[in-house]
Amino acid sequence: MVQLSCSDIHLSFGGVRALSGVSFEVNQGEIFAIIGPNGAGKSSMLNCISGLYNPQVGKVMFEGQEVTRLPSYERTKRGMARSFQNIALFKGMSVIDNLMIGRHLHQHAGILTGGLYYGQARAEEIKHREYVEEIIEFLEIQSIRKAIVGTLAYGFQKRVELARALALEPKLLLLDEPMAGMNHEETEDMVRFILETNQVRGITIIMIEHDMGVVMDISNTVCVLDFGKKIAGGTPDEVQQDPHVIKAYLGEEDPEGP
Amino acid sequence: MRCGDFKTSYAADMTIFESGTARVMLGLFFCLLFTLPLYVPGYLLDIVNRIGIAIIGAIGLNILTGFTGQISLGNAAFMAIGAFSCGYMGTKFGLPFYICIPMAGIITAFFGMFVGIPSLRIKGLYLAMATLAAHFIVEFLVVKWESVTGGVAGLSIPAPKIGSFSFDSDAKLFFLIFVLAIMSVLFAKNLFRTKVGKAFVAIRDQAISAEVMGVNLLKYKLFSFGISSFYVGVAGALIAYQAKIISPETFPVTVAIDYLGMIIIGGLGSILGSIYGAIFITLLPELLRMATSALAGSFPELVNKLAATKELVFGLLVIIFLIFEPSGMAARWHSIKNYWKLYPFSH
Repeated sequence: MVQLSCSDIHLSFGGVRALSGVSFEVNQGEIFAIIGPNGAGKSSMLNCISGLYNPQVGKVMFEGQEVTRLPSYERTKRGMARSFQNIALFKGMSVIDNLMIGRHLHQHAGILTGGLYYGQARAEEIKHREYVEEIIEFLEIQSIRKAIVGTLAYGFQKRVELARALALEPKLLLLDEPMAGMNHEETEDMVRFILETNQVRGITIIMIEHDMGVVMDISNTVCVLDFGKKIAGGTPDEVQQDPHVIKAYLGEEDPEGP
Repeated sequence: MRCGDFKTSYAADMTIFESGTARVMLGLFFCLLFTLPLYVPGYLLDIVNRIGIAIIGAIGLNILTGFTGQISLGNAAFMAIGAFSCGYMGTKFGLPFYICIPMAGIITAFFGMFVGIPSLRIKGLYLAMATLAAHFIVEFLVVKWESVTGGVAGLSIPAPKIGSFSFDSDAKLFFLIFVLAIMSVLFAKNLFRTKVGKAFVAIRDQAISAEVMGVNLLKYKLFSFGISSFYVGVAGALIAYQAKIISPETFPVTVAIDYLGMIIIGGLGSILGSIYGAIFITLLPELLRMATSALAGSFPELVNKLAATKELVFGLLVIIFLIFEPSGMAARWHSIKNYWKLYPFSH
């Protein structure tokens, strides 16, 4: 079943064309990777899906409804969540509070009950704290749960960002370079978490990643962008054999030889 | 002797006062606080009352600037609106104070939300300029709209009354002010451990990702302006009752700067910090005055010069705090407290 489809997305900033005519479909429950050289438009594509950018032309459909012009918090309500390439956590808050923001849409207490810490507000805080603790356990960050996020090491921050996205209980998770800047072990941990998120929780994942080993190992479908255009798409094996992809990554073979 | 905090439920983990000791200390503090009028002379009690009002106002400004990250220089204007709407309702309609004060808060809240509308588009210093503009508009209105504000002559406010009991002295006002101040502190504390308050902090730290997490930026920024202005409006109403006569000169732009000083010195994004800052900035000129009058006998020629140093000392202190303790007195207090908490067996 198709969960998200982007058709003919055009995005430009002034005279710079970031995306020109990108289309793809993402099926429910798959891991979908977007790859491409630097400046290919991968992050722009993700921003179009999550609502930070509005494409000039094209349509984004999520679960059968058009979301192209919706603000990002509306898309979050419908079940999208994302992480950012350069970590965008709430640096002055504790890990728990960061995750509690993930529960924002699931809480309904207003200013008054909140300010009195009475009735619904109190019950909700405790209930959602339990949910948050479950995610903390899932991502193995118990030891840092009360730490202020700004003081944490980079690898932990990446993990907290995934945790915060999961706290939203999303149906579709957009990850922008979840493994960037991590060492080998941290990458392995992250891959394990992503796979578990996908398989145990049944969340569809769209991810941008430069680590080709990881991409080819775990993704079901790969989409390759270059200069704002989709140059290839399909299973990892198909993509690896595609001459356009080889050209984009390695350059053209000189016909006259070296 | 305590050796750590051991909690068995999430509810216990989320309380404001973590230990029994803290609650006992707080109880003792309240006993001391509410017996102050018994042994503090009138003049000092007036300062204490001003501290109480400043606490409410500083928390209000801190909600907006410290917690939500929206710099506002319109604080004095919001106070003026609270004070004059309270005074107008009290004098023209004869409403009792327990209606006037919350109504003043609500009117100020709506005005604050109106001023906050541009905050979705403009940030930082530009927002500060917009709120400063609001200040001058209000100042103009207060001077010109004589039928409501009494113009330059000002408005005289009758003492608040319940039945035949009148809060006509500093000692009686003390109770009114401090009950409201304590309510303000608790409300703010609770606000920031629930949904709305956390959304405010999220907007301060990372507005874009807050929006992606489902926080409606405009709505919550306006909430923040509203709640903040409500506090400031209540503080303004209390100033009206305390000063008895209010005029446009009661709320100059320097009042807004004073309040910014309070939350910077006390600690941005800290309720406790707002309290420390309010105490500090209110006491500062009084302490300087006491120091100068104590020196008047031995160094008469120094007194004139020292009297002029209030602004200088104020500015210097802000700079010193920015350099040495950018997170304010509250942060210093926490590190002192943590040091002694498990003394002598830490770790």
